[in-house]
Amino acid sequence: MPVFFLTDLLLFALLALALGFGFYAATQEHLRAPWRSVLRSRIGAVSLVVLSAYGCIGLLDSIHFHPKLPQQGATTGPSYSPEILSLLDLWLTPLRTQQEKTYSAPFATHLYAKEQIRLPDGRTVRDYPRLRFGGAHLEDPATQKAGDIARRSAFGLLQAFGVWGGLVALLLGWQARCRGYKQALSWLFGDPPRRAALLTLGLLLALGFVVAALAPYYHVFGTDKVGEDVLYQGLKSIRTGLVIGTLTTLIMLPLAVLLGILAGYFRGLADDLIQYLYTTLNSVPSVLLIAAAVLMLQVYMNNHAEAFTSLAERADLRLFFLCLILGITSWTGLCRLLRGETLKLREMDFVQAAQALGVGPLTLLGRHILPNVLHIVLISVVLDFSGLVLAEAVLSYINIGVDPSMNSWGNMINSARLELAREPIVWWSLSCAFLLMFLLVLFANLFADVVRDALDPRLRGARP
Amino acid sequence: MSRAPLLQVQHLSTQLGSLRVLEDLNFCVYPGETFALLGESGCGKSMTALSLLRLLPPNGRIVSGQVHLNGRDLLQLPEFAMRQVRGGQLAMIFQEPQTSLNPVLTLGQQLAESLRLHRGLSGQAISERAVDLLKAVGIPDPERRLGEYPHQLSGGMKQRVMIAMALAGEPKLLIADEPTTALDVTIQAQVLALLKQLQRDTGLAVLLITHDLGVVAETADRLAVLYAGQILETGPSQAFFERPLHPYSRKLLESLPDPQKRGAPLATIEGRVPPLDQRFSGCRFAPRCPLAQEICHQEIPPWHQLDGERGVRCFLWESTPPLVPVRPVSEKIREAGETLLQVEGLRVHFPIRGGLFRRVRGAVKAVDGVDLCLRRGQTLALVGESGCGKTTVGKAILRLIPITAGTIQYDGQDLARLRPRALRPYRKELQIIFQDPFASLNPRLLVGESIAEGLQALGLVPDPKARRRRVVQLLEQVGLDASAYERYPHEFSGGQRQRICIARALAVEPKLILCDEPTSALDVSVQAQILNLLRRLQQDMGLSYLFISHNLSVVAYLAQEVAVMYLGRILEYGRVEEILEAPQHPYTRALLSAVPQIYRTKKQIIRLPGELPSPAQPPPGCHFHPRCPEAGPDCLQPPPKIKRSETHWVRCVRRR
Repeated sequence: MPVFFLTDLLLFALLALALGFGFYAATQEHLRAPWRSVLRSRIGAVSLVVLSAYGCIGLLDSIHFHPKLPQQGATTGPSYSPEILSLLDLWLTPLRTQQEKTYSAPFATHLYAKEQIRLPDGRTVRDYPRLRFGGAHLEDPATQKAGDIARRSAFGLLQAFGVWGGLVALLLGWQARCRGYKQALSWLFGDPPRRAALLTLGLLLALGFVVAALAPYYHVFGTDKVGEDVLYQGLKSIRTGLVIGTLTTLIMLPLAVLLGILAGYFRGLADDLIQYLYTTLNSVPSVLLIAAAVLMLQVYMNNHAEAFTSLAERADLRLFFLCLILGITSWTGLCRLLRGETLKLREMDFVQAAQALGVGPLTLLGRHILPNVLHIVLISVVLDFSGLVLAEAVLSYINIGVDPSMNSWGNMINSARLELAREPIVWWSLSCAFLLMFLLVLFANLFADVVRDALDPRLRGARP
Repeated sequence: MSRAPLLQVQHLSTQLGSLRVLEDLNFCVYPGETFALLGESGCGKSMTALSLLRLLPPNGRIVSGQVHLNGRDLLQLPEFAMRQVRGGQLAMIFQEPQTSLNPVLTLGQQLAESLRLHRGLSGQAISERAVDLLKAVGIPDPERRLGEYPHQLSGGMKQRVMIAMALAGEPKLLIADEPTTALDVTIQAQVLALLKQLQRDTGLAVLLITHDLGVVAETADRLAVLYAGQILETGPSQAFFERPLHPYSRKLLESLPDPQKRGAPLATIEGRVPPLDQRFSGCRFAPRCPLAQEICHQEIPPWHQLDGERGVRCFLWESTPPLVPVRPVSEKIREAGETLLQVEGLRVHFPIRGGLFRRVRGAVKAVDGVDLCLRRGQTLALVGESGCGKTTVGKAILRLIPITAGTIQYDGQDLARLRPRALRPYRKELQIIFQDPFASLNPRLLVGESIAEGLQALGLVPDPKARRRRVVQLLEQVGLDASAYERYPHEFSGGQRQRICIARALAVEPKLILCDEPTSALDVSVQAQILNLLRRLQQDMGLSYLFISHNLSVVAYLAQEVAVMYLGRILEYGRVEEILEAPQHPYTRALLSAVPQIYRTKKQIIRLPGELPSPAQPPPGCHFHPRCPEAGPDCLQPPPKIKRSETHWVRCVRRR
């Protein structure tokens, strides 16, 4: 039985919006040209592939449902589990269900802490017990582990290569049909951005398949305090990061664009009011606002516990509320930029010519002002994304971020921070969160750079 | 001439990326003379200057050639030696005085930099020398000015300071890149006179880079005509203007508007400057040349060196006849129609706010009581220097900016009092063409959409198919191809964009078009095309133009009536012959005399001291009296309006 969370719906709405814009842009030469130049750059193509991988995981994790329970007896109709899962959960079932007792290091076969173990002969010794799942299939971990890992990795690599080869062959065949085999080969590999994208895809596939081959048998990134697989947590956190990065934009964009353009175009009283609004908002420390808002929501949820059917729903509402409040505190910068740009544009001759032709103010804003500030909007959206992902981590770290029950990089870091003092160090939770977040933010920033260069008319044509 | 040249450029070729922007340039400049490089935009004038100074942009490089300054080859010098040459022996002044001075340093600091570097001065000597320099360029009260910042100076003053900075290193050669293009005619006259005087005093040689034929004729001793990166012709300037040898030079001279050419279309050069990313197999001008023959397209013309320092790159130079002075065509005086637009007492004041509560402290009186009267089918020109409020008058008539007082009677209806909704039907009647063709088209809209905008907004042609047909028809009317519909503005040149703007204005079939300096951003040959188009449209459709311009020769060519504006007020008003032949107001006389002319006949240039005062604090009485050569104590009273004839009046107490 499908479940629709608020953030799921909004995420898909955003996706539809982006696709719609993509189709619209494809018909408009002035919009298509900069995006083509994004794809023409190697960095652009590579980061697009990496970001799509993140996006796919995030979207898989955004389709939720109650799984069907096996038929018990002669009850009428199917019955559903109260638990809510996503497609990603389903796919990662081994990771999700194979819970250990407590910490274990990556690829470990034994628990991290010593326990009393009752031997078959009745004696008890204090030692590191074997894990219930990690490397449980091995008779003698000390001698077999390395060989087993290597064998499984090689198998995963082989699979990845097969899939990649199939993909390349498919592309080649498609191109060969319209332009001949030789041209198809040079089309695919002679073109630097396309070659780079293909190689990145191959690398990602290899990584994915190797991990997929190992994950059911080992905890690739170890387990956390309650024995949950850290890789699973890290992958689940991707959605949280993406939701914060994109939904916040969706909330702040209408505010920033509408108010910015209105203030710049109409000036006078409207300008004064809008400026007053964002100056006031800007001068309140945003952490304070966020803390207050999250606290208020928590009180509301505690008082109206009956309104929520599940814990997941509560966590989701809190996530949405966090996006909302982040959006409300972050629209001012873009709004100010757009106001300035509109002030400049409204004095341009083409705007005055349109006024002289009797074009109404709404048409004028839509036809002449908005398209001419769109590049600023796009640039700031892409640049803001990585900042917001990082903001989530920071906010969760100080406990005013997402719900503690929700997987997020911030929560992972927060729960791992105390363990840094342990001897030997529990480093894997932190590293996993860091690695996944670092890659996302790095490629988002690289992508933003390319987009900015492509969209900024002053830079356009500056580089060959 | 037996003198040794100061600067000798031989076979200079420069590339910018893959473009060959300069090809085999040869010229020399002698000590103490003014040598002009003449050419339209994009022909490589500025690239020449930057090549000489070795200041090319990162993707530019000098491919071959020698540049000898005082016998030293500049292109062989190491960079540190070149730094001594720049400013020390070769100095440059730029077109835009606003951006050439550092806004956060005082004038004294900026002058001192050059004095320290090139003259090795220090301490007291620097400020003494700086004062001398400012005095030499005619800046009053130089001691005080040294401590001031660039924003405290007007445009003309800044250009003087730039000249002073260039002179600080006591260079032998001054490269002046369009030094007066950004200035008004009266200020231009001041700056040109200053350059001439400095040359007399110090024996400085000047390499003048300009597109203005008038400036060349008045200042240059010798000149070279550049076209598409090549020199087409060189020679002493007098001989050149008497008999240009190259067909291009000839066409340039013919396409200048002139009162003598009224009533007839101007000569134009078809097509545009060829792109430089190709290998030329023939003469670069051949595709646009009316005299071109088979050989011009197939062989690159050799350089013909003639006696008397003249030279030309053309196969046909012997067959170009001397210029015939144009005989005035007697214009059929059009029936003066009934009044279409009557403006009375128009005032536009912009409030100056200040203080904590942004109270109104005063007003910039941009337009302070203007009366105009435009008849059907006629052209009224509004002439004045920049900042005098002429564009504001235009925009106020279209109600694009709020009006403070006055009436605008159009066809018996006062536009000044209409509410925005009631004004909409009149949007169809009055249209506007702007100065800058690059800013006046929305870069995000197709050309066709831009032109159709008015038809759509006013609901004149609701059917999209019919609208498209109408736009295509308009495109043809202004001389553009129908395929322009589906293209974006950036694909067109300045002249073509101006045609698009004209088509957009024509789309709603207006009766009156306000032309706000429509040709001042264009090259001479393109200007002639646009002026011809405007003239033809007026004849075909009976349009009235309110033509706003600072270019008096354009006005003289196109207008029937002229209003001379100064600091928000009209000083003189009359038929164009009356104004040009018998100007009454001292300002009109000075303005007319300051326009650089190629064939100056009689008049002495009347140089006006100072510059346009601020419209926030206009002088009492006659606004012009602080600069007026005839001013007396009675000028402090508001000047009376003196009628000289039925159509001619002047606002000056001296003409009573």
